[in-house]
Amino acid sequence: MQSATAFHLKDVTYRYSDDVCALDHVSLGIEEGESVALLGANGSGKSTLLRVLDGLYFPESGSVSVFGEPLTEEHLREEEWAFRFRRRVGLVFQDPDVQLFCPSVFDEVAFGPLHLGWPRPEIRRKVAETLDLLELSHLRDRPPHRLSGGEKKRVALASVLVLDPDVLLLDEPTAGLDPRSESQLLDFLIGWSDGPKTVVTATHDLGGIADIANRAYIFRAGRIVTEGTPEEILGDEALLRSTNLLHVHRHQHGPETRHEHPHRHTHRDHRHHDPGI
Amino acid sequence: MEKTLAALSGVLERSLHGEAISQRPGLLQSLDPRVKLVGLLALIIASAASRSLWVVWAVYAAGLGMALLSGISLGVLLRRVWLSTFIFTGIIAFPALFLVPGRAVWSVPVLGWAVTEPGIRSATFLISRVLTSATLALLLMLTTPWSHVLKALRTLRVPAVLVVVLGMTYRYLFLLVEAARAMLEARRSREVGKLPPAEERRAATALLGVLLSKSLQLSGDVYLAMQARGFRGEVHTIDEFRMRSHDWPALGAMLGAAALGLWLGR
Repeated sequence: MQSATAFHLKDVTYRYSDDVCALDHVSLGIEEGESVALLGANGSGKSTLLRVLDGLYFPESGSVSVFGEPLTEEHLREEEWAFRFRRRVGLVFQDPDVQLFCPSVFDEVAFGPLHLGWPRPEIRRKVAETLDLLELSHLRDRPPHRLSGGEKKRVALASVLVLDPDVLLLDEPTAGLDPRSESQLLDFLIGWSDGPKTVVTATHDLGGIADIANRAYIFRAGRIVTEGTPEEILGDEALLRSTNLLHVHRHQHGPETRHEHPHRHTHRDHRHHDPGI
Repeated sequence: MEKTLAALSGVLERSLHGEAISQRPGLLQSLDPRVKLVGLLALIIASAASRSLWVVWAVYAAGLGMALLSGISLGVLLRRVWLSTFIFTGIIAFPALFLVPGRAVWSVPVLGWAVTEPGIRSATFLISRVLTSATLALLLMLTTPWSHVLKALRTLRVPAVLVVVLGMTYRYLFLLVEAARAMLEARRSREVGKLPPAEERRAATALLGVLLSKSLQLSGDVYLAMQARGFRGEVHTIDEFRMRSHDWPALGAMLGAAALGLWLGR
C-alpha cells in the first residue's frame, strides 16, 4: 500500500439481487489527499460504493485497488493486511445507531484500536485524546441510546478518527442533524480534510459540498453521470434536475404572490440557492 | 401488545433512573465495580447458604444500611423488591405452609388445612433469602452503570463474547422498543375506535414481522460496522478499573461479613 492513488476502480458492478444492480460498470480514481464528493439521489449507488471502498462488499465483476494493491476478500483474510487496511481506511455509516453498538461511548471509541491489537495504554491515551478533540469527554460513560442525534454522529466519527485513518469515508454525514449540529460537524470536517487526508463523502445534500470536496461525481441508477469540480457541478442546473438533486420549490409570498424557483437539496439552514430571484 | 410495550418502556425508564442514581455520590457509588460485584455476590451466597434466619436478616439489614449510605431511598428499594418478591416467591412459598409436615399451629376455617410450624419456617426462609438476594442485586444495578457491571463480570472469568453479547442486547433493546412504540403510535393515529380481536391479532403479527425484518437488517449492518473497525470474529474488551485505597478495606469488610455469615449460619 504505497502508491499516490488511494483508490482505483475499474468497471465495477455490484448487485444485491438479479433485479437490483447497485453499481453498474463504475470506473473512477481517487488520489491520496483528495476530497471527493459522491452525489446522487437515494438509491443511486453511493452508499454501496462506500462499502465497496471499505472492503465490506466485493464486486461481482471489475476490480478495486487501494493504495496500489488489489482490494479482495483474499487479501482481507490475511490478518496483517486486513489490520493495515482497517487502520488506514475508516467508514462512518449513515445511521449512527448501526455504528454505535457498544454499551458506552468509551467502549465505542476503543473498539477499533482494541480489535486492531493496539497496546492497552496506547488505546486509553488515544481514546481520551479523540474524545477531547470532538468535545465528547463528558459523555465517555454514557450509553449511546442516551445521546442526541448530533452527539451520536460525533461519537461515530470519533470511533473512526481514533485510528487516525488516511482515508475517511463518510455516508450522508449531515443526514438527520439539526442546523447547529450540522454546522459543527461540517466545520470539523473542513478543518480535518484540509490536511493530507483523503475524504470521500456520499451525500445528496449540496449544502457544504464546495467546502468539503474539491471534486465531485454524480451518480444515477448505479452509474456515474459526470464528474467535475463542485463549482462546475453546482452551476449545471439541468444536470442537477436530471439527477433529482434539484427540484422546483413552490411557496407563497404574502396572500397574493405565488412563487416558484429551483431548490437544491440542502439541509443546512434550509437555505434556498435561488438563481431566479 | 401495547401493555407489554408499556411494561418494557417502564423497565427502560427505571434503567434511566438507575443511571441517575449511579452518578450520585455515595458509599457503593465510590467503590470499584469489581469490589461491588464480588462483595455483594459473596453476601448473596452467604444468605442463600445460611441455615439461620438471623444471619439472613442480618445480611438484609446490612443491605438496607448500604442503600442508605448510597443515597438510595428505602421506599424505592422496598417497593421494587417487596412487590416482586411477594408476587413471584409468595406463590411458590404459600403451599409450603401446608405441605411441610410438622406441628400444626393454625387451621384454615372451613377448609381445615393445617398450617405447620416447619411450613412457616420454610416459607419465611425462602422469602427472606429471595428478598435479601434481590435487594443486594438491585443495589449493584442501581449504583453501577450497566457497562461497568458487564466489564466487572470479566473478573469472574465470564467469557468476553458473552459480556459483549449482553452489552449489545441491552443497547439494541432500547432501539427496538422505541421502534415498536413508534409503529404502534403510527397505527393508533390512523385508527378510530377499537379493532375486532381478529384484526388486532393480524395487526400485531404484522408489527412483529416488520420488527423482525428491521432487526435482521440492523444486525447485518451492525456486523459490517464491526468488521469495518477490525472485528474478525474474536472479541476483546478493555476496562479502566483501578483499585483505590478505600476499595481494599471495603472488599475485606464484605468478604469478612460473608465468611462470618457462612460460619454462623452453618
